[in-house]
Amino acid sequence: MPPFFIEKNKLSKSVMSTSVKKSRHYRFSSILVEFLGSMNLAITVLVGIAIASIIGTILRQNEPYQNYIIKFGPFWHDVFVSLGLYDIYGAWWFVSLLFFLLLTTSVCIVRNGPSMLRDMRNFRTHAGRNSLRAFHNKAEWQASSNQDELINSIEAHMHDEGYRTRTKVHDDHTMIAAMRGSVNRLGYLFTHIAIVVICVGSVIMYNMPLKYALFTGEVKIETDNALPASKVPTESILTKDNPSFRGSVSISEGQSANIVFLNIENGFLIQQLPFDIELKDFRIEHYVSGQPKSFESDLVIYDDELEKPLETTISVNHPLLYKGYAMYQASFNDGGSKLSLRAWPLSDPKLETLDLQGEVFGKIPMDIDGKVYTIEFDDFRKFNINPVESETSKKKFKNYGPNFTFKLRDDQGQAREYVNYMSPIEQNKHFYLLSGVRSSVAEPFRYLYIPADAQGSVKRFMTFYAAMQDKQKVRKVVSETINDMLSGLPAEKRLEISDDMKKTTRRLVDIFVDGGIDGINKHIEKNIPESQRQKATTTYYDILRKALGNLYINILQKEGIDISQGITDADSDFFDDALTVYGNIDEYGAPFYLELKDFEHIQASGLQIARAPGKEIIVFGCVMLIVGIFIMFYIQQRRCWIWVGNKTGSNYDVILAGSCNRNERDFSQDFAKIKQRFAQRLGLHEDDEHH
Amino acid sequence: MSATPDTLNYDFNKPFLKTLSIYDWVFALLTIAGAFYAWNGYSSNMDGYEVGILFGTAITMVALGWYWKQSRTLMLSVAAVSVYAVSQYEPAVMALKSQGMDGREAIAALSSLVDKEHSKFLFKFFISSTSAVMWMSALYFFATATYFIALFVKSEFPGRVATRMTWIATAMGLIGLMVRWRESYLINVDFGHIPVSNLYEVFILFSIITALIYLFYEMRYKTRALGGFVLLIISAAVAFLLWYQFDKGAAEIQPLVPALQSYWMKIHVPANFIGYGCFALAAMVGVVFLIRNNATEGGLASRVLPQNDMLDDIMYKSIALGFAFFTIATVLGALWAAEAWGGYWSWDPKETWALIVWLNYAAWLHMRLTKGWRGAPMAWWSVIGLFVTLFAFLGVNMFLSGLHSYGEL
Ligand code: HEM
Repeated sequence: MPPFFIEKNKLSKSVMSTSVKKSRHYRFSSILVEFLGSMNLAITVLVGIAIASIIGTILRQNEPYQNYIIKFGPFWHDVFVSLGLYDIYGAWWFVSLLFFLLLTTSVCIVRNGPSMLRDMRNFRTHAGRNSLRAFHNKAEWQASSNQDELINSIEAHMHDEGYRTRTKVHDDHTMIAAMRGSVNRLGYLFTHIAIVVICVGSVIMYNMPLKYALFTGEVKIETDNALPASKVPTESILTKDNPSFRGSVSISEGQSANIVFLNIENGFLIQQLPFDIELKDFRIEHYVSGQPKSFESDLVIYDDELEKPLETTISVNHPLLYKGYAMYQASFNDGGSKLSLRAWPLSDPKLETLDLQGEVFGKIPMDIDGKVYTIEFDDFRKFNINPVESETSKKKFKNYGPNFTFKLRDDQGQAREYVNYMSPIEQNKHFYLLSGVRSSVAEPFRYLYIPADAQGSVKRFMTFYAAMQDKQKVRKVVSETINDMLSGLPAEKRLEISDDMKKTTRRLVDIFVDGGIDGINKHIEKNIPESQRQKATTTYYDILRKALGNLYINILQKEGIDISQGITDADSDFFDDALTVYGNIDEYGAPFYLELKDFEHIQASGLQIARAPGKEIIVFGCVMLIVGIFIMFYIQQRRCWIWVGNKTGSNYDVILAGSCNRNERDFSQDFAKIKQRFAQRLGLHEDDEHH
Repeated sequence: MSATPDTLNYDFNKPFLKTLSIYDWVFALLTIAGAFYAWNGYSSNMDGYEVGILFGTAITMVALGWYWKQSRTLMLSVAAVSVYAVSQYEPAVMALKSQGMDGREAIAALSSLVDKEHSKFLFKFFISSTSAVMWMSALYFFATATYFIALFVKSEFPGRVATRMTWIATAMGLIGLMVRWRESYLINVDFGHIPVSNLYEVFILFSIITALIYLFYEMRYKTRALGGFVLLIISAAVAFLLWYQFDKGAAEIQPLVPALQSYWMKIHVPANFIGYGCFALAAMVGVVFLIRNNATEGGLASRVLPQNDMLDDIMYKSIALGFAFFTIATVLGALWAAEAWGGYWSWDPKETWALIVWLNYAAWLHMRLTKGWRGAPMAWWSVIGLFVTLFAFLGVNMFLSGLHSYGEL
């Protein structure tokens, strides 16, 4: 068997030959056109776009520059910035690749289109006898009927086969040229013109005039992302005339907006709208399983041109179209919820609790022992539905209840971020109030598990905590405890040990108050020889636990709990948890704990608003593309030629040949059938067939 | 190639409608009636587009059945079994619900292998979606093996068995999806949706569609030699499916995130998977081509495998079909994105990879058509194409994040 064939397409050859002819006249321009319309360039551009796109999906796009610097180092960062790798799809070279695609496709259409259109109408009645004989699909017979009759029935037969025919009488023979499916050629035109149409539509959407204005500096990108909209200079504001944009705006419940923010590079522009949008209500609905089911915004559009304000509801997948502006439900966030808070002091037990009124996105200054802190409220969430992996590995969801996020900034400007939950959360049958802390957004939150009292509040812990911090108080209970412990010993020994012990315990208490259990461990490690450590540790802990236990019991009694029957397991576990937390408070790093007592939830809806005049063009292009592709694949252009001539006696030579521009295999099969039917119809016999 | 008198009498001048048999008409009637029945019963849950899709689907089914006669029986049997299964489900689930189970528990109990008290034989072994999918999986595995056996034996019998098994597996898969659709509503009316919304479901869809395209070419080209190879990729998909189900509990029906609640999903996803299925098939045919091409003359491979030009032809047809549907899917995806996210094209990783796949096959088609490339290079290219496709299908979900991961709104 010969090596599998590689065959040049007949069409492209014929296209080549026409352009070669022209090139004698217009050398340079025709070489350029040749180059631009060449398949090699087209494939190169397609592959180039594909590769660039791959890079764009692997390298995360449009992140803050800091992240990139950390990842790649300053040198590569600069290289990547200059190559536009962080915003590949907007980079000049990527856009020029797209432009080249547009160009080669256009040139390709201009070059091939006319010949294709001609080809649709051209029956090629000039095909010669020898060239027909050279066809792969061909047959020859001798026919003995009257020539007119013969030609008529040939024509009739080819019509029945679904072919159009054209008959041409030449000097020595008659040629019946038949053709079907020439629409196929339109497929090529449709497909490739569609590509151009889609590109043009995208360019219109891409908003060239704005890009130009940015280039000349007439419009400037505002890079101060914290600047309120009212302070943005006019050169960063686009008027209502701007035909094409896509931006977003967040509107709080009860508020309205008439601008959108367009994020560009590392800053933004403001786009004015010719109407006002008010958000009446934003709703999230949940499935019974806890996952979100719908996000909906009730909007009111105020426009002078409207008789009365337009009220509608939008949701995901159901945007509002108004005057060519499309408004989509894109996201949601807090719209400035009001929070009632109580600050419990952690750094200084002498301070009182303080009740505060906060507001998300607001700030509250706090003066603590002369140091000024600022609380910056960032977010409030009413529901925190998180997946919980259960043993059966099935996903379950659990609502952790409301929480709020804030930053605590000290007078040096250093900030830590906190997230506090309002209601206790169960873990291993115990209830805790969670407060997470982190010193940068890149870290995960580390949580403080504050044991909740029977009312689900931090009150008992805070009381106990304050007591533990009070050195006087703790010393008192410690010495009482020691006296208690020693009371069983003989008097002279008691005195001797007691003095020693009192000294140590005094230190012990100081260490505990400052550093918690951890502090004590460190102290033991540092000051006590290894051989005695074990014993010392046990003794120390014993004393401490007993002493603090007494302190704790005092608090329980003050709460009015009857401990005559001993204390409950829950209360005793609380004690252990409290001691653990005590040691972590230092790391927690805040001088107070903020308890969320109550809230008024105000939400904001994130709308994406777009004006896209190229839309119809793109949709038209897409439809054309699909129609074109189907025509090109599924309507085949087929040709048959019937050569009748060379009369010898009453016999004519009849040659039938056929060709197809693709799917040669299918055509060969069909041709075999056509051949048979043809012979049957015309009364030609197999015997007559020349091979 | 000689034509038999039978094919000669093929009435090329008879109007198409007159070539249809009684069965064709009965089939069409039942299909359209089914569509009206569904419309009558459920139109309150559908919007205008969905009604359009319903009748569009019915018409497409009729056209497909008329064009590819074997598919009529498949469609009718799937419909019959599914209707039967659904009719059994309703009362059974209601009964368990009245005992205090919720929908999910009731469905699990009915088809449970452990819960002897509540499980029902039929559900356990046949008509719950999970058991139907199990049948599908097992039959595809067996069919793969049988197709390979058929390569080595003279008798036609194993080949015929393999074909049967593939048909039945496909039917079971389709039944599984149909029943699952209903199950989603039985769990909770709010949860109800067409089962093409997560990886588990689309893997079933992928297997079915690839098998159907294969069966079509098997009929068209009258060869079973490709069966084992094509079903190899289906078996791989099924293996993944089973792992995914047992290790990750992926078979559980979850409600739809808001972004997916749209009629677009009903056309976008199937169109995509016709594309993926075709590309997968083309790649496996490419593999056969390469084996055949490197085989020694007179050796086993050259005796049992089809001719190169036939393989080349199938590869081209399959990629062309895939390209056409992938184009539709991508366009629909862009239109959907425009409606749900406010922009046609956000260069989100999934979109971008769809574009890469598309450009890849556009280049393939051009090389073949305008440069006349044939043979081994094209076969290699279509095999590589499968990896590109696979990345777009799976890799993006696993390694890259974006809008399509539906992590957020
Ligand atoms: C993204 C851009 C393009 C797409 C999606 C595209 C698509 C297609 C498709 C699907 C085919 C049909 C292949 C077949 O029937 O097997 C085709 C054929 C063709 N394309 Fe493109 N094309 C693109 C760009 C180009 C460019 C830039 C050129 C010119 C250099 C070109 C020249 C041709 C030619 C000459 C044919 C053969 C037409 C025929 O013989 O009927 N295409 N194209």
